[in-house]
Order: sequence, then C-alpha cells, then structure tokens
Amino acid sequence: MMDPTYRAAAEFAQTWGLAYFVVIFSCVLLYALWPSRKQQFDEAARIPLRED
Amino acid sequence: MANALAPQKQMTFGEGGLALTFAALAALCIVIAAKAYTPEYAFHAYLFTAASLAAVFAIINRYYDRPAERAPLTIDGKPNYNMGPVKFATVIAMFWGIAGFLVGLIIALQLAFPVLNFDLQWISFGRLRPLHTSAVIFAFGGNVLLATSFYVVQRTSRARLAGDLAPWFVVLGYNFFILIAGTGYLLGITQSKEYAEPEWYADLWLTVVWVTYLLVFLATLWRRTEPHIYVANWFYLAFIVTIAMLHLGNNATVPVSIFSSKSYIVWSGVQDAMVQWWYGHNAVGFFLTAGFLAIMYYFIPKRAERPVYSYRLSIIHFWALIFLYIWAGPHHLHYTALPDWAQTLGMTFSIMLWMPSWGGMINGIMTLSGAWDKLRTDPVLRLMVVSVAFYGMSTFEGPMMSIKVVNSLSHYTDWTIGHVHSGALGWVAYISFGAIYCLVPWLWNRPLYSLKLVNWHFWVSTVGIVLYITAMWVSGILQGLMWRAYTSLGFLEYSFVETVEAMHPFYVIRALGGFLFLCGALIMVWNLWKTVNSAEQAETAGLALAPAE
Repeated sequence: MMDPTYRAAAEFAQTWGLAYFVVIFSCVLLYALWPSRKQQFDEAARIPLRED
Repeated sequence: MANALAPQKQMTFGEGGLALTFAALAALCIVIAAKAYTPEYAFHAYLFTAASLAAVFAIINRYYDRPAERAPLTIDGKPNYNMGPVKFATVIAMFWGIAGFLVGLIIALQLAFPVLNFDLQWISFGRLRPLHTSAVIFAFGGNVLLATSFYVVQRTSRARLAGDLAPWFVVLGYNFFILIAGTGYLLGITQSKEYAEPEWYADLWLTVVWVTYLLVFLATLWRRTEPHIYVANWFYLAFIVTIAMLHLGNNATVPVSIFSSKSYIVWSGVQDAMVQWWYGHNAVGFFLTAGFLAIMYYFIPKRAERPVYSYRLSIIHFWALIFLYIWAGPHHLHYTALPDWAQTLGMTFSIMLWMPSWGGMINGIMTLSGAWDKLRTDPVLRLMVVSVAFYGMSTFEGPMMSIKVVNSLSHYTDWTIGHVHSGALGWVAYISFGAIYCLVPWLWNRPLYSLKLVNWHFWVSTVGIVLYITAMWVSGILQGLMWRAYTSLGFLEYSFVETVEAMHPFYVIRALGGFLFLCGALIMVWNLWKTVNSAEQAETAGLALAPAE
C-alpha cells in the first residue's frame, strides 16, 4: 500500500527533482563550455605551473 | 627609548584566549576523569587534560620565543608561505601510514590464522579492524589531505596560510583526535558505526578542529592574489564542507552522561542505517575521492610540467561528481529493511557516477599527452598515473557492484574488501605516495635521495596490490557462490564454516600482498629519511621556498 506522503514525495522528486538536475547540469555545461571563457580557463590551467 | 624603535611584544587575543580556553578544558577534564563511570573513559579524560596543559605550555613558550611582530605576509614581493604545519602533517602521515599498513597486515594474518588473536580482547580482530581502517583512512589519508591542502591552497592562491595558531591547532588537534579514536578502539570504546566509530566526545573535538580547518582554508582563499580559484581548491573545499556536514549528521548522539563514554543516536533502526551509509559512502566520495582528486589536479600537472588536459572537463567533473555522489549511499543497504525505492535510487546514482569518475580519470591521465616518455623515466609520475588508472578501475567496479543482482552475489563477501582495497591501495595510497615524493623535496629543499628506490617501492607494492585484489576477487566470488548453493532437496549445500575453510589459501595470499605493500612503504620511509637528512641543497632555485616561521 502506498502512503500518500510517499506518493507526493516520489512525484515531486521524479518531476521537479529531475528538472532541477537537468537545469543545474545545463548551467554547468554552459558555464564550462561557453566559447569566450576558453582563454580564461586556459590561463587558470597554468596556475600551478607558474613559479613565484 | 628602545621601545620607540622596536614595537613592544604583546600577547595576541588568539594566544591569550586559546591558552585560557585550554586551561579551562584541562580543569574540566580533571573533574570528568575523577567522576568517570569507567577507567577507559577516565584514561581519555586524562589524555585530554595532559594535551590541554601541553597546549597551554606550548602557546606560552611560543610567545616568549617569537619576534614581536607577526610573520610578514610577503617577503620582497613574494608570498611568505607558512610550511611548518605542512611539514608536520607530511611526517606524521608517513608515521600513521606505516602503523596502519602494519595493523592491516596483522589482521589479515589473524583472519588466516585465528590463533594470532591470542585470546586478548585488546588485540582481537574486532578491535584491531577499526584501528586499521581509521589509521589508513583518517590518520594517513587525513594527514596527507591536511598537508597537501595547506600546501596547494597557499601556492595556487599565492598567499600565506591564514591564521597564526589556527593552522597548528588544526594539524595537532586532528592528530589528537586520531590518538583518542585509536586508543578508544583498543580499549573497547566505539559507537559501532563503520568509519564513524569514535564516541561523542571525540566527535565534538573533531567538530571544533574541522570548523577551524574550514575557516583557515576559506580565509586563505580570501586573501589570494590569484584572481581565479584553481580547481584543486574547489575539490578541497567540497571535501572539507561535505565531511563537516556528514560528521554532524551521522553523529547526532545524546551521551548517557558527561561522565560516560556511551551515547545514543537520535534516530534508530533503518533511519540510522540510512544516515550511516549516507555518511559512509560519502566518506568514500568526499574524503577518499574529492580530496585526493584535488591532489591529482595539482600534483600531476606539476610533476608532468603540463597544464591539466582540459580545464573545462575539470569543471564539469567537479559539479557532476559532487551532485551525484551524495545520493549513492543506499547501495550499501540492498535487500535490507530500507524501502525498495531508496535502494533503487542509490543504485541509479551509483551507476550515473561512472561518467564523472571516468571524466576525471581521462583528465588526469591525458594530462600526460605529449609527455608519455616521462612514465618511463620518472617513477614518481608513474605512481600517480597508475593511481589514476586504479581510480578508473575501482570506479567502474563500484557502480557495477551497486547493481542489485550483482550485489546479491558480492555483498558481505570478500569481493567488497577487494574492491575497497583496489581503491584504497591503488588510488588513495598511490596518489598520496606520489604527492609526498613531490612534497618532501620541495618542503625541505633537498633533491630526492633515490629515484631507483621509488622504482623499487612502485614494483614491490604493485605486486602486493595485484596479489591482494586478485585473491579477494576469487575468495569473494567463491564465498558468494557457496552461500547461495542449494542441494537438490533445497537445503543449503555448505555450512558457514566450510566457506571459511575454502577461503583460507586466499587469506594467506592476501596477507602476502599486504606484506609486500608494507615493505614498499618502508622503502619509501627510508628514501624520505635520507632525503631530509642529506646535506645537499636542491639546485632548482625556482622551487626554493620562503622560510617557514
């Protein structure tokens, strides 16, 4: 027997939870792959190699 | 007047406040020791008293020895790095490493030859096993993470470590926690939660230490002169923040009395089990993975002298890893009272984790593209690259084992032990060894004594790991198949003790593997000892460090 609280929680997780993850992951992809940030990231990758 | 020239030395608020706090703690612990319910708990209270008094003494002594002015943040425009706590954590990591590997070997031998328990409660398998796991994970691994995080955050932020006493409080306080935890196990003090065995008072102490660690790390990032926060620091930060959250969640206990070591968790039954494995698996995910990935993202590029293969991939790796890992815990509770949907959720997220894990592995290994020849000439780099390969292997094996049908064969068997050790020995220990082989010459400004010995270390311990994990695969699958074998009449075909007998040869092989791994680590200690004590200075001026205070 399904508890109504469980059903509500599951429904919420399966719809909004999924949407939340898709949105978050898209934001990450957009941030990481946005073409104009290439140079900034290339420079960041060299931080450990620069001596002080 | 002389005072007009030199500023007068004054005790800082931190020094005075901390000394007073420790004095008060010592007084409180004396009372607790006197009224403690058990002698074991009284012993711990005395340890707290002694350590607090030692801290008061050390703070005052340091005050008299130090110059009037605080160490400058920069010297000649270069950051004045604070490497004292880093050195301490590096040395003590090796000490705990040897201790932890040795106890591992002892308990492997106890499993093969039970007579080695000697019928003594203090050194029985049940008490030595958490001593082994805590020594290798929290004492060895934890100190490696403290050392490397304090090193990396300073170097990549180009700023001196924040705080004066705080970094020392973190490294010393953390190791005091290890001492309390370890002696507690031997004396029988445990809350019986895997990887979270220390009781409430040790947990409270660790909470204070850990919050200070977070603040030191954040404050150092805050004063950085490098605009971008390098990706290794993101992983360190995720590790520190998440471990704090897990520690608080899984140790929400109410002590019986302030005079008793015993406590009870606020949730019970399956809820407690779920919180425990939310904690347990994320200890794997954020302590043994995120923290050591930070090491990978700094030390492999540094050693290979090439930037990380794809910085963009490292960003995607980071966010995907931290968002997925936190949900994977329920796979430890397949076929238990945990609701089915929660088990399936844990399994699904575990399988999804395969992608970020392999993204990270590819990023680490491909950093060598164009420099593959270094694998042949530099055994330190080889250690680290092989560690990333082991990471790839165990993060493929893990999701596979989280699938319910596979788990029905593998769970509770030695296969799990083999899987854990391919991750712990192959990934965590190897990346740590690689980082320490880099760190010691940098910190002490000496060339590494012998690359040939590193090569020996690498091969001896690699043979050890291979013996270990292959023995456990065979033993585990054998055990799982024997447990589920039925006769034609529907009875279980084997009694439990028959499965134990069948595993004996593999237990012996496993102990041999562990012995080789320990030998490799001893070769390392010898090599580092000779490095630190050599008179020769390193020629590479670029790596010379500003003097530690």
